[in-house]
Amino acid sequence: MKMLRKIAFGLVGLHALLVAPASAADQVVKVGMILTLSGPSASLGENIDRGAQLYYRQHEAELPPGIKVEIIKRDDTGANPDIAKRLAQELIVRDHVQFLGGIVFTPNAAAIAPLATQSKTPFILMNASTSNLTRLSPYIARVSYTQWQTAHTLGQWAARNGFKRVFIAVSDYAAGIDSEKAFEAGFAGEGREIIGHIKMPQTTPDYVPYMQSIKDAKPDALFMFTNSGRITTAAVKGFAEAGLSQAGITLLGPGDIASDEELDNMGDAALGTTTAAIYAASDPRPENVEFVKLWKKAYGEDTVPSFMAVCGWDGMAAIFSAIKAQKGIVTGEGSMQAIKNWTNPVSPRGPIAIDPDTRDVVMDVYIDKVQKVGGKLVNVTMETVRNVRDQWKVLNPQ
Amino acid sequence: MTSIGAEQQSLARGFRLPELLPWLALCALYVFLPELLPLGTQIIVMIIFALSLDLLLGYTGIVTLGHAAYFGVGAYTSGMLAVAGWDGPFTGLVAGAIAAAVVGLVMGLVILRTKGLALLMLGMAVTLIFYELANHFPAWTGGADGLQGISIKPIFGLFEFDMYGKVGFAYAALALLACLLFMRHLVLSPFGRSLVGIRENAARMTAIGVPVQRRKLIAFSIAAGIAGVAGALSAQTNQFVGLNVLSFELSGTVLIVLVLGGAGRLYGAFLGAPIYFAAQDILAKGDPVYWLFWLGLILIVVATFARGGILGLYGSLVQRFWARRLRLKRGNP
Amino acid sequence: MTSFLSVIVSIVFHGLAYAMVLYVISVGLSLTMGMLNFVNLAHGVFAMAGGYAALWIMKAQGAPFTLALGISALLVALASIVLERMLYRRLYGAGELDQTLMTIGLIFMATAAAHFAFGPLPQRVDLPPAITGHFFVAGRDFPTYRALLIVAGCVMFLVLWLGIERTLVGARIRAAVDNRSMAQCVGINTSRLFTTVFALGSGVAALGGGLGADIIAIAPGYAMEHLIYFLIVVSMGGLGSITGAFVAALILGIGDTACKILMPEVGAFFVYAAVFVVLLIRPAGLFGRTT
Repeated sequence: MKMLRKIAFGLVGLHALLVAPASAADQVVKVGMILTLSGPSASLGENIDRGAQLYYRQHEAELPPGIKVEIIKRDDTGANPDIAKRLAQELIVRDHVQFLGGIVFTPNAAAIAPLATQSKTPFILMNASTSNLTRLSPYIARVSYTQWQTAHTLGQWAARNGFKRVFIAVSDYAAGIDSEKAFEAGFAGEGREIIGHIKMPQTTPDYVPYMQSIKDAKPDALFMFTNSGRITTAAVKGFAEAGLSQAGITLLGPGDIASDEELDNMGDAALGTTTAAIYAASDPRPENVEFVKLWKKAYGEDTVPSFMAVCGWDGMAAIFSAIKAQKGIVTGEGSMQAIKNWTNPVSPRGPIAIDPDTRDVVMDVYIDKVQKVGGKLVNVTMETVRNVRDQWKVLNPQ
Repeated sequence: MTSIGAEQQSLARGFRLPELLPWLALCALYVFLPELLPLGTQIIVMIIFALSLDLLLGYTGIVTLGHAAYFGVGAYTSGMLAVAGWDGPFTGLVAGAIAAAVVGLVMGLVILRTKGLALLMLGMAVTLIFYELANHFPAWTGGADGLQGISIKPIFGLFEFDMYGKVGFAYAALALLACLLFMRHLVLSPFGRSLVGIRENAARMTAIGVPVQRRKLIAFSIAAGIAGVAGALSAQTNQFVGLNVLSFELSGTVLIVLVLGGAGRLYGAFLGAPIYFAAQDILAKGDPVYWLFWLGLILIVVATFARGGILGLYGSLVQRFWARRLRLKRGNP
Repeated sequence: MTSFLSVIVSIVFHGLAYAMVLYVISVGLSLTMGMLNFVNLAHGVFAMAGGYAALWIMKAQGAPFTLALGISALLVALASIVLERMLYRRLYGAGELDQTLMTIGLIFMATAAAHFAFGPLPQRVDLPPAITGHFFVAGRDFPTYRALLIVAGCVMFLVLWLGIERTLVGARIRAAVDNRSMAQCVGINTSRLFTTVFALGSGVAALGGGLGADIIAIAPGYAMEHLIYFLIVVSMGGLGSITGAFVAALILGIGDTACKILMPEVGAFFVYAAVFVVLLIRPAGLFGRTT
């Protein structure tokens, strides 16, 4: 009898071991995030990652019952399209991800595009900003922004606000040239002219000589685009050191040049910089206040989320919405259908939506000015331009 | 006393059994670990690239930090041809090789007149100039956004480049085989032996009548050409070319790969590349930043204690083993 | 001041400032490479360390700028002695490949360490208010900080030149650079001399890093990113020649600045083309000794 009972218990136990996982089985939806997490641009990838992880932790309870999300992070180490493509291949073939996300650099996204199409994997761009990227695959959607959305809007704003002579200086690479064309297109018109163009090599450590010759040309404003991070800080400091603000020249640029996390490093040199930004940490909107509070609690009281962090947040929000819309049974086409029509009226950066025709983001763009508030440098919003689409696509229909 | 491999006796005219190992490994990878094929393809590309550097560095003794220039020339040539419509796989490879060899010849004529630090600097300057050129002419090269729209015709009209990387892997392995056979024949030939002589003592070689400059130039060209093959292969299997093919980082990486495996021993490249990629994969999983720390440490250790890389270590172990056996045999303690 | 003259003055001034930073950082490398025949690619690490140290001392200890610079230079010099004894010494006889590898390894480790200790973003530089102003000469304004750099660079050159040309130690250094074995025969303790020169070179580099922190930002990737410029100064000037390094830095600094102001499209090409041309005509550098 004892023996039988032992065997019975044993069988029950075995049964429980074998069956229990299955019945409590969570279906795992895997998201592959390919970001730049090392090298000089590490902070960009880190920010996107932090924003995405924050959203995930906050909202995992909202997922349909029995559905879990697993985020697999990979480092493409920089603008290395071959590495990025291989990582994407591995994520798709080896890890069977149902979503791809992230990407800091445009060439990396362009290399992955054919894979997204072939494998029918939705690919959510959370930074790469070249306009034509969403046309490279029907499975690409972008939640971040394009250079045209910021620079073109700023050009139009500058035209409306009495600027007549503008000098343009951009970092000599694709995004810089993109930004330059966008500003020019927005600014062009009667009585206004671009009085000079300079392309600055990315390896330049010293920007003062450029600033000096710009000062000599006596423009009303300088439109500048430089890569995020160290290069921008050096350029803005060069601007101040050469005395351009004292000479009455306004520094204009996309939000990249006055990113919230870099403002502290730039110091007072950044005061007065006017940018067209997609996000400002100082925005008093309740969703943003909540977001910043969460961020500080998670990552430190003295850290500030940048626009890239918000893009990571929004990207994960888009993915979550697709999962919820399909009640956890995720397919490539189903996800794209959900994402194409996704709107997020409560994003920390303001209401955003995906344009179903272009799969690109439509959002409000803020004209911000860097000012000192309570002893700290912040971006203060002067004007909001609503529902900005990517103008490049409008001007270059397929 | 250089660290570059001293004994060539391990390579003999006829193929020895250990030389089959890399090919067995590649076959095993294809059969048992097909999810790793994209990684395997990139490793093969790096092996070919490191082989080309071995000819230059390991055999001829020319230290260069600018070898990526020829990789890049090969990549962009075959990429641009593919975009323009000449998208046959083998034509792309050959075109990349020839373009790189020609550029190598021209550059070699200019910079091989110097040596030491000057040569190092000039090699670097060439790569940096090419990088800037590629960045400056986006209409041709795609600039910083990269060269898009490359699609390669199926091999022999049958095997299409697929998402799983199977065809790409087999194609790259074939290219590797061809390059290896070529290199092996070259280093065992009188020409190849004379290169070693030039590395060890160029003055003496001149004294016995070897046209040193001409040989160096030929070696440089050939090395550039093989690097071009690697570059073209990269462009074709990725169907994309980014500016990173001309970067200083790439020059540094291939140097590290070769030295880790062991320069001047032909098979150093076969060891160095997988180990480098594997180490990167493992060490970077934890926190990507700190992989750099470990790599740096490994390099310092190798440079200080294990000159000649892994093959060198293995070689000296084998030597010590045999020397000991000989001593024991002779009855010496 | 006519517009053209004004532009020339601007070019010379800004070019000089940039050149002086390059010089102060690179002169140490010229000395060590010339004397020790050692391919020390990791020289930028000492400049970076000097920058981090100086900024940290200023921020955390509230020390004035000049004091912070001095202390950081001293600290880095001492640290470099340790490194030289433990690591560099082993590779003095080794080929350039091994030296290249070892120093690249050192750069990687230093980069990771800096990233770990200070984060990936460039360090904020709070120059003392006395320096961050403008002064006016003949109707044009010049940033004071850059003028200070020019003065500092020239002073450094003078000090080094006097030290090497006019002192006994300097004579010994010159002897060791010219012909090491002969110097040893004559009784010069070359081993101690090497350590001294190494420490001096690294200390001066640290000074350069701290001094130039506002022009060349202190970030973890410092040593690798600017390696090429330091090597260009050294190879163009000639190994072991402080005058050569000075002249090369001038050519680079002023030439690069001139291009930026007059022909911005030429961009980065000038620097690379310049080193190409010079090294082809004189492979040993402008002031290098041709053995």
